[in-house]
Amino acid sequence: MEHVFNNLLAEASGVTGFVFPNEYELHWELLIVVYPYLTGLVAGAFILASLERVFKVRVLLPIYRLALLTALSFMIVAPLPLLAHLGRPERAFEMFLTPHTSSAMAMFGFVYAWYLAVVLLLEIWFDYRRDIVIWSREKKGLAKILYIILTLGARDISEEAVKFDHKAGKFITIIGIPSAFLLHGYVGFIFGSIKANPWWSSVLMPIVFLFSAIVSGIALVLLVYMVTSLFRWKKLNMGCVDKLAELLLYAMIVDFSLELLDFVHRLYESEESIHILSEMISSRLFMSLIIIQITIGTAIPMLSIIMGRSGKVHAEMRRILYFIAAILVQVGIFSTRWNVVIGGQLFSKSLRGLTVYKLELLGPEGLLTAVGLLILPFVILYVLTKTLPPWMGNEEDHLLPPPPKEEAVAHSSA
Amino acid sequence: MTKIPQQLIPLVILFALIIVVFVAARQQFVPESFGELGFYRADALKEISSQEPKYVGAETCGDCHDDVYETKANSYHRGVACEACHGAGYMHVEAPDENELFAPRGRDYCPVCHGYNPSRPSGFPQILATVHNPGKPCMTCHDPHNPTLPHTPEDCNACHRSIANEKLVSHHTELPCTQCHQVPVEHRKNPRLVRAEKPTSRATCGTCHAENANSREGIPRVDMETHGERQVCWQCHYPHSPEGR
Amino acid sequence: MKMEIPNMLRREFLSNCVRKLPALAAMASVTASWKSVWAGGNDNYDPSEHDYAMAIDIHKCIGCGRCVEACKKENNVPMDDTHFRTWVERYVISEEGETLVDSPHGGMNGFPELKEDVKVLRTFFVPKLCNHCENPPCVQVCPVGATFVSPDGVVLVDEDYCVGCRYCIQACPYGARFLHPVKKVAEKCTFCYHRITKGMLPACVEVCPTQARIFGDKKKTSSPLRRFLRFMDITVLKPWMNTKPKVYYGGADGEVT
Repeated sequence: MEHVFNNLLAEASGVTGFVFPNEYELHWELLIVVYPYLTGLVAGAFILASLERVFKVRVLLPIYRLALLTALSFMIVAPLPLLAHLGRPERAFEMFLTPHTSSAMAMFGFVYAWYLAVVLLLEIWFDYRRDIVIWSREKKGLAKILYIILTLGARDISEEAVKFDHKAGKFITIIGIPSAFLLHGYVGFIFGSIKANPWWSSVLMPIVFLFSAIVSGIALVLLVYMVTSLFRWKKLNMGCVDKLAELLLYAMIVDFSLELLDFVHRLYESEESIHILSEMISSRLFMSLIIIQITIGTAIPMLSIIMGRSGKVHAEMRRILYFIAAILVQVGIFSTRWNVVIGGQLFSKSLRGLTVYKLELLGPEGLLTAVGLLILPFVILYVLTKTLPPWMGNEEDHLLPPPPKEEAVAHSSA
Repeated sequence: MTKIPQQLIPLVILFALIIVVFVAARQQFVPESFGELGFYRADALKEISSQEPKYVGAETCGDCHDDVYETKANSYHRGVACEACHGAGYMHVEAPDENELFAPRGRDYCPVCHGYNPSRPSGFPQILATVHNPGKPCMTCHDPHNPTLPHTPEDCNACHRSIANEKLVSHHTELPCTQCHQVPVEHRKNPRLVRAEKPTSRATCGTCHAENANSREGIPRVDMETHGERQVCWQCHYPHSPEGR
Repeated sequence: MKMEIPNMLRREFLSNCVRKLPALAAMASVTASWKSVWAGGNDNYDPSEHDYAMAIDIHKCIGCGRCVEACKKENNVPMDDTHFRTWVERYVISEEGETLVDSPHGGMNGFPELKEDVKVLRTFFVPKLCNHCENPPCVQVCPVGATFVSPDGVVLVDEDYCVGCRYCIQACPYGARFLHPVKKVAEKCTFCYHRITKGMLPACVEVCPTQARIFGDKKKTSSPLRRFLRFMDITVLKPWMNTKPKVYYGGADGEVT
């Protein structure tokens, strides 16, 4: 259309074809990419922890508490990009005062509150309670006061009480798994239910979001475990690490299959939006989708893990391969969120043109804010690991009995 | 032995507290009129409708400027609102002498509507602004409140320029519009009421294109009996650009 | 804005004024009655008696853009190129079958010439605005109840309650909504609610020189809207979305989306 019409604004702003005048600017920008990325990590990390607690995947024991704390730190930060993104953040509380029951976004506020309070916080509290009571007795000064508060007055650590903690924790985890599914599947639903947008509107959207969340969560816990072990000068538990990589691979296979299904389905149905969407993928999203999400973020990590699990690679090489894979997966999943959120707004609802996303550097929705919000959970995690150390160093101290000899966790660097 | 586990007590108290705070906050902070008419603040209706209008409407203009209003009401511009050209009138109604309205007196305003644009519906009077009396303000010859043209246009392209333009570069360029169309004189003054007529039979085209027609050599001929069977010629051929088939 | 008024016209005007001194007195009463309408609200107005809708006659639109300008002025919409409550699009369908659409400055200053000689098969203008749907997806997704359907069928935004989450902007299939750059809340065409509740027409309908926009009340059986709905071949935008729009297009080509 550029060859026919005189449109200086379009030429100057990089718009191609025709977009509705109100569509020149994007509305859900970088912060709304960060937000599903953060909640995805929460859901993924929690599901990983629940694998140990409910499905008794004992080899994951070393990262169990770490996964929970990771989930909590990201959960705390998750609403911040939403708050910063609102046009009128000072009115955010209205979502709790007058939540519109037909709006997925309104209901999400309650799903989030449910998950934070009832699942995450309670689970962590029950799991740590015995240790908190012990620390409240042993520590001195400000720390002692902190731990006393954290006990919430329940200071009984008799065997019976601890058994109840264990049962309660298991019960919460069982509720927690569908809640985690709901938490991030819901974000997928918020996008997937918008009929006006053919890039978002899909039945698969909540499922794809959930599985990519699991992928990113597992990779994150793997990374955090590796990095924290490095800083603590501790040997990595290779059995645990191998298991994490294995689970990551399976999750990636499922996730990739789902995305492939979506792609094939779109091509086969070839309905009206296919032309502008193909144009968008091959022009605006080429780098972020083909190069970063698929090649760098999915293919290379999968190959990396497959190589590591081939049995012919020794431990140090495996660690390097898994580390690279985990980092690339993070990049890939972030890119996935980008492609969904930003991609959905790059094409016009007239299906006749593409616009351009102009990323700001400063300001409440700018790059610096986003980077800050991505770093903040790690800061919180650091504080949490100092307050509630998750290291399962002394097996006898922990609630669960030591694993049977066959599944003995290997400490060698074989 | 159903002793309540010690852990549950502080938890239950905490959750009860949260719920109480939530309910209290709802009582306190939800706006009063919320929910009266639907899931929204009913007061918003009043707030939105209390915005002050800026365009006053032609009738209000006519209350003072009744002569102009009456003239315009019987002219070709009867459907054009005063404020379409003069802008919003609220300030002028408030204080007429201090707030005079803008009146377009140059050459750049009228072409917004009357400058030639092929996307405008056929039959709308248009001029080529660059060649139509260049330099002269439109008002020199046209009274905006009674824009009857100084003289009735002879050319059809005054209102049917896009058709004329197409014909101009076609094989039918030498044909005047009246070759095929019956145009009553009154049509040029009252186009909507008195319509021009379109040809109704193949014979019109046959005048030049029949095998035995008395027309110039080089004009394509067809056997009028068989060509195109029972259809009229313009079912396939666009008369204003016949090579386009 | 003071203009240079030619002497002839000035003398004419003054002599007219003197002749119509009684009319000057009437002027005062006009201002007074206008002010009472102006000053906010008609107490006899019952919203549930009305169900507002609009009709657009594509055959009549000349793409002059007076409506776009009037709407921006009436409603204090920012005069830039990325925020419109209403805009006009030009469609050019070429003989090769390509459909080309543009809307420079929303059509506010008319439309410039086509850059190159496209072989035009069909071409026309299409005014666009909020369709005030009967099943509005924007209202469905608003998390706080800031946007709603009024009892008289107008979809409105409560700018004192909107949190600016922009879910409604994403949910609108027609691109009718935008975020106000200063107020940071969602905004869109209101059918000039502040005018129609006082018996006036929306600004865009008021200034349209060819009466291509027809405003009406679906509950009124005798109206230009009713006639339009009776005699024209009516289409609405994206009917498969089941939004039930109330802006009815007469004579709109199939290429209009």
